Amino acid sequence: MSDSKNNPPIINSNQQANKSSNISYFKLKFEDIIIIKQNFVIVEMGKLARKVALVGAGMSTFGRHFPAKRNPDLWIDAWLDAVKKTDKGIEPKDVDACYVGNFSSDLFNHQGHLGPQMANLVGLTPKPAARFEGACASSGIALRQAILAIASGIHDVIAVCGCECMTEQPTVNVTDALATASDNIFEYPAGATFPGLYGTLASAHFKKYGTTPEDLMRIGIKNHNNGAENPFAQMQETIKHMMESKMAKYEKQGRGVPEWHDEFDFLKSSSNPIIAYPLRLFDCSLITDGAACLFLAAEDVAKNYTEEPIWIAGTGQGSAALSLHDRETLTSFIATKEASRQAYEMAGVGPQDIQVCEIHDCFTIAELVALEDLGFYEPGKAAEAIANGETALDGSLPINTSGGLKSKGHPVGATGAAQAVEIFKQMRGIAERNRQVKFNVNTAMTHNLGGSGGTCVVTIYQKEV
Amino acid sequence: MSEEKDFTIENYLQYLREKKFMGSKCKDCGEIYVPVRKICTKCNSVNMEWVTMSGKGKLAAFTSITVGTPFFVAKGYDRNNPYCFSVIHLDEGPMVSAQLVGVEESKPEQIEIGTPLEVTFLETEIKGDTRVDLGFKPA
Repeated sequence: MSDSKNNPPIINSNQQANKSSNISYFKLKFEDIIIIKQNFVIVEMGKLARKVALVGAGMSTFGRHFPAKRNPDLWIDAWLDAVKKTDKGIEPKDVDACYVGNFSSDLFNHQGHLGPQMANLVGLTPKPAARFEGACASSGIALRQAILAIASGIHDVIAVCGCECMTEQPTVNVTDALATASDNIFEYPAGATFPGLYGTLASAHFKKYGTTPEDLMRIGIKNHNNGAENPFAQMQETIKHMMESKMAKYEKQGRGVPEWHDEFDFLKSSSNPIIAYPLRLFDCSLITDGAACLFLAAEDVAKNYTEEPIWIAGTGQGSAALSLHDRETLTSFIATKEASRQAYEMAGVGPQDIQVCEIHDCFTIAELVALEDLGFYEPGKAAEAIANGETALDGSLPINTSGGLKSKGHPVGATGAAQAVEIFKQMRGIAERNRQVKFNVNTAMTHNLGGSGGTCVVTIYQKEV
Repeated sequence: MSEEKDFTIENYLQYLREKKFMGSKCKDCGEIYVPVRKICTKCNSVNMEWVTMSGKGKLAAFTSITVGTPFFVAKGYDRNNPYCFSVIHLDEGPMVSAQLVGVEESKPEQIEIGTPLEVTFLETEIKGDTRVDLGFKPA
């Protein structure tokens, strides 16, 4: 890798383009993966010009909060929680800019221009404030842009806001607003919904690798087990408990009690209807209102806020065609592979070094595919690892200790920042209730996917760099 | 071929309205694009020509949707009457999205990826106008 860095084999112009297009990046190893985009081979990954630390992180509770709380209210809750979790405190005068991640306040709340709105509420105006949009990866992008701005030297401290208030609209409008993150010209007229696009991807994964509905159910069960331990989660309940409550209710009503011996029986019943085959209701994340706040600081000033900075070791971002039909493969996400390649390379670590990871489980199939795209497991092998409990809270690679989007909730624009909040807690050893992992976390990751995989942001965090 | 229609979305959709399934082909490297594209992202050429697609392909991936988009709900699809969204791998190489018809949508476990398909044009009456959408059915 060091050789390729000194001498990046950049292929340009037309003579060599045809040659390069024959290279299949799916056949290459993670370490030497070469991404071909148009005529250019991109191999070199720069370093941050100066170190950047996460010095404080907090969030509002996730749930159905409208009208009691709207975006501004949720953001203030998140800001106050993050201030509280910044060891030596932090004040508006310390913060140089406010970067807001939000997907679609325009459609959800008839409100655009969130940057200054959010900045003003916490006393940051007239400093720079802007909104970043990349569907469900919006605040992952805001986080990444804050990292790059601090590393560039232009700002020392940035507050990152992620927020979304979705329940102001009825479900049919929410679904239709979310569909704007997919291709409106060719996919939407063919009937694509978001669960539909992920159901389509699932069908291809099932066919190629023999993945089953039970493999996906295990992901939902695991994430609800974690979310039950998260006081900030929207559904703080295990699937087993939901099943038992339903059986008790039927018994009380004198109705026939279903013969559910375990969660799988319950999840295969009509209580868990098909939304988009093979995905059922419990394969889908939630419609949620919520916000998260991150304080990022340059190495020069990080110690003003904490003696335990969590360093940004790597950041990467990838993209892919909006439409599934314009992609090379339907069984993995090229944007995730590219984002993680960049992040691993910048951090100088590999998949084997990641101890805890928050994965973007907008649908259960998305968590399974990400486990493979991030290099944790070979393609087609993640299901077996999940069945063996490796990704459970007490497993060798705990995934979505927060409960994930499935149980914690998915206020789309807030999700990327909220993933960083969970990593902050796990690395500090302050995760609530019974979900703190039992080992010291030195290296962790967040994986934030936008839409049906058109955007991906991967961030790697380390306590010591 | 200065008479070639511009390679725009609207011209592609206009062909579709005339029940013609068209793509663009790069005259330099032979790559075919459906839906149509003006720039060949494989070799950077803009030397394109319109080509008529055979309309034949295989089912690459699909889903059966019970909670549909407003357009499909208006067409009468619902929980008891689901529809299939699909991605089709065309014989000429590219993939395309379309509604899959002529299958038992309520028994998706019986639908096989790899099934040979052919194009069909789906007409919907909306306020007196006929809308044409791309569809595929078992060949």
